Amino acid sequence: MIELDGLVRRYGEREALSDVSLSLAAGQTLVVFGPNGAGKTTLLRVLSTLLRPHSGEVTVLDRRLPQDAWAVRGRVGLLGHEPLLYRELSARENLRFHARLHGVGEERVEELLAAVRMRDRAQEPLRALSRGMVQRVAIARAVLHDPELLLLDEPRANLDPAASELVEPLIGAASSRTRVISSHDPGGGLSEADLVLGLRAGRPALLREAGDVDPEEIAELYR
Amino acid sequence: MSAKTKTISGKEGQVGTTQAIRALLRKELLVELRTLESVPGMSLFAVTTFVVFHFALNQNSVSGDEAAGILWVTLLFAAMLGVNRLFVADEDQGGFDAFLLAPVDRSAMLLAKALALLAYLLVLELVAVPAFGLLLLGPSLGQALPELLVVLVLADLGVAVIGTLVAALAVRTRARDLLGPLLALPLLVPVVIAGARATSPLLGLTHAEHPPARWLLTLGLYDLVFGLIAYAVFDFLLED
Repeated sequence: MIELDGLVRRYGEREALSDVSLSLAAGQTLVVFGPNGAGKTTLLRVLSTLLRPHSGEVTVLDRRLPQDAWAVRGRVGLLGHEPLLYRELSARENLRFHARLHGVGEERVEELLAAVRMRDRAQEPLRALSRGMVQRVAIARAVLHDPELLLLDEPRANLDPAASELVEPLIGAASSRTRVISSHDPGGGLSEADLVLGLRAGRPALLREAGDVDPEEIAELYR
Repeated sequence: MSAKTKTISGKEGQVGTTQAIRALLRKELLVELRTLESVPGMSLFAVTTFVVFHFALNQNSVSGDEAAGILWVTLLFAAMLGVNRLFVADEDQGGFDAFLLAPVDRSAMLLAKALALLAYLLVLELVAVPAFGLLLLGPSLGQALPELLVVLVLADLGVAVIGTLVAALAVRTRARDLLGPLLALPLLVPVVIAGARATSPLLGLTHAEHPPARWLLTLGLYDLVFGLIAYAVFDFLLED
């Protein structure tokens, strides 16, 4: 599903990701830990095809990047720090726009608005909604096209416990999708992970099966 | 039932370009209707400029070359306001990323944005041209209107394509408000020259029946060349 071999990504002279290698099978969950600026978001953006790898080999959904990026787009759902939604449009208008871009029927929009309990507020512009509500709409947007691979950057940020439970069938283990999640929560992250990657200054400092990882090792990444 | 009802076009799983253009254009117009950030500003700028010219020239009316020059320079600067705003919502609110993640041809965004800008320009002219006729123009606009429309549409096509190309280039830079006009104005000088030369006989005291064909041809050729250039390079402007 995902194969990385010596992935390097730079911003100017600075290496944001350096020599990252790993393998993730279909249906598994990779959780990426690391302090701010460690390269977690960059890794998700490379996997989503938004950023090109500068060296190394990257295979996502059995396709090489960046050559076959066109074949990966539309099969990946990205939930980043930004909701990728227009503030002046309502939740329904935003989701309908994305549905058209992905060739998805409008009934799916209504289904997801109901799933994230946003039907009552679906007509209001996003700028009038709370951050938690916008995050719920963003989650609906990320899974709108039923992607095989979910790339989630701190997906439960801004969500209260009830909302977090609400989106579990969409982005949690119950969704039965392959997932790459960036997290700052060692307890919560470990419970979801099959594989754990710890990044420090763009370099892998920890790569192990989740069962073999001590939460203290994750805490160590942030010191 | 599967959530996906995809139109296959070219590459496997890709959504049809026409469908993507429709979706993008609809979104573009909806956002403009909600924010009113571009068209009212463009129109107000044009009308205000005509008022300023009216007093600055200390003349009750203008005609011929002078009238054509004032009209085209004003329309060009008013268009710059729309060009500068064209991609701002996409850049600031993640619309670029959302679009790049979708399985659609990148040229869909070029076409949708150019069509949106074309629509803004047409609305601008709907306000600006009658205001020009009222505030500055000596000869009656009525007779010249059908020919003037042809010149305006041909010039608008060029402004829309070049404006979209330049706006896409400038929006990802820190100096986007400066870079957009700096890049666009030199590229649009031929459009202004051809537009003004084609318009001048129509706004003269003795009204000509047709605008000179060679200037219309120049405008058409310029539209075509920049249309092809924009189509060829637009992908590279969007990709990492």
